[in-house]
Amino acid sequence: MTSYALQTRNLVKKFGGFIATNDVTLNVEAGARHALIGPNGAGKTTLINLLTGFLEPTSGEVILNGDTVTHLAQHQRVKRGLARTFQINRLFADLTVLESVTMAVNERIGIGARFWRPVGAYAEAVDEAASLLSTLRLLDLAHEKTRNLAYGKQRLIEIALALAMKPGVLLLDEPAAGVPTSESRELFETIAALPRDVTILLIEHDMDLVFRFADCISVLVSGALLTGGTPDEIANNPKVKEVYLGEAISV
Amino acid sequence: MQAALTLDLAPIARADRWRPAELAFWLIPVAAYFIFPDNLVLLTQIAITALFCLSLDLILGYAGIVSLGHAAFFGLGAYAAGLLAAHGYGDPLLGLVAAALVTAVLGYVTSFLVLRGADLTRLMVTLGVAMMLYEIANKLTHITGGVDGLQGMEVLPVLGQFEFDLYGKTAYWYAIAVLFALFCVARKLVHSPFGLSLKGVRLNVGRMPAIGAPVNARLSAVYTIGAAYAGIAGALLAQTTQFVALDVLAFNRSAELLLILVLGGSGSLYGALLGTIVFMSAHHMLSDLNPQYWQFWLGALLVVIVLFARDGVMGGLRGGQRRLGAALGRTKQ
Repeated sequence: MTSYALQTRNLVKKFGGFIATNDVTLNVEAGARHALIGPNGAGKTTLINLLTGFLEPTSGEVILNGDTVTHLAQHQRVKRGLARTFQINRLFADLTVLESVTMAVNERIGIGARFWRPVGAYAEAVDEAASLLSTLRLLDLAHEKTRNLAYGKQRLIEIALALAMKPGVLLLDEPAAGVPTSESRELFETIAALPRDVTILLIEHDMDLVFRFADCISVLVSGALLTGGTPDEIANNPKVKEVYLGEAISV
Repeated sequence: MQAALTLDLAPIARADRWRPAELAFWLIPVAAYFIFPDNLVLLTQIAITALFCLSLDLILGYAGIVSLGHAAFFGLGAYAAGLLAAHGYGDPLLGLVAAALVTAVLGYVTSFLVLRGADLTRLMVTLGVAMMLYEIANKLTHITGGVDGLQGMEVLPVLGQFEFDLYGKTAYWYAIAVLFALFCVARKLVHSPFGLSLKGVRLNVGRMPAIGAPVNARLSAVYTIGAAYAGIAGALLAQTTQFVALDVLAFNRSAELLLILVLGGSGSLYGALLGTIVFMSAHHMLSDLNPQYWQFWLGALLVVIVLFARDGVMGGLRGGQRRLGAALGRTKQ
């Protein structure tokens, strides 16, 4: 029996008359490397926003580890192990890298509202942040302000902040967006090296990366799921080829 | 934990240590007492306004909540302490605690209005709340004295020991002591995980829920604390002048405060203090020099400082320090 880390049932999101998400029933297996692809404007980011609680669906359900979380706020879903990164960096420009990640760890371990002892007094949080930075090979930048980092490094901070949540399910919204090819390889090596007990749902435009990384692919077109399957099935699916007409799919 | 060993954690571990410049700063009030013994009333006003400005820095400089109605809390605190003292409860510290509690309640309740909107909405909501309070105080003449002000306050000696004297010595040290104590608390606050999360909210409010932080709860909390600080400042003014004028709630006071904070530089606590010192000293000197048109020169000073020193006086000092450091570095080579 397969268990699902993340599911949606008949998820619908309408903006006025426009249907951005159309009856999406998605099942992401626990431990999967699941990719969500689709042409521009297919509603991929809207779907992520529905999953994380940034948007509330018009109808349908979001289920995390078997529990319905459709009406939970974003930060409550994070507490249940659902973390995300953003397509466009959402970082803390004036904080150092270590401060940013420490802040995220603070929130996870529930000391984010402590107001008397200084940040540095909670050594367990600072140590954990430092060791996470070390895993991502960012340790030498720990005391740099985020704003001074190269763009590729900033994309890694995006991931570091999400990993600080120790997520069971990680949603990566185009992690390599805007990163030069040379650096995106390194980025994906980092992502590929994440432990298998973290379920990953990836949105990505680069088909090369998707087919190398994913063990399961869902195709979203005009807000609805067109099809889903293994990379081989998707690559040989005539409907998918039609959608991507003009875009080369190489495996 | 291999990683942590190879990283020098000093910058984060020692972030809250007192620096020499800070200690030097707190000698200013002591020095001022001896240098300007005839200006203690003005110096007391500066200390009170500095505390008021500190409260705005907590909510604006750290959490990014803009307010054009912060005088609501200042005025409410002044009336709370004033009314207590006028009705036979003249212990100063009791007055401060009462003012803090009353304004904290108002701050907590109105925080939910403030949280609903973005910057412009917040300006309007805070302005509106302050205007309502002003008119309530104006109307309830039998309680507040209305435009004539609240009279008949009898403030007892501080701690039962130090009576308020004609020269304003007690008033001065009382205001400075309260300012310093509350500054130390604020300093603790901004260096704590709570303070860090407030910076997070200001720098990227959209990210905070994604790292599991309940943004609204944090903003409510800091708004409540800021309100209590402003209330205590108001109570100090009432107690040290033994009078509450209706203009404690005036729009002017809120607007001027915002100006002082921008002038000093927000988000560093010391910017609020320095801004108050610069603004009120300039105010005092310019109105002496040119009683009729002094606002012209005050305006000119503000424009110059804001144009040439980014982040106000604090920003200017930091820039100066960097340039000085660079110059010293060059001469050594």
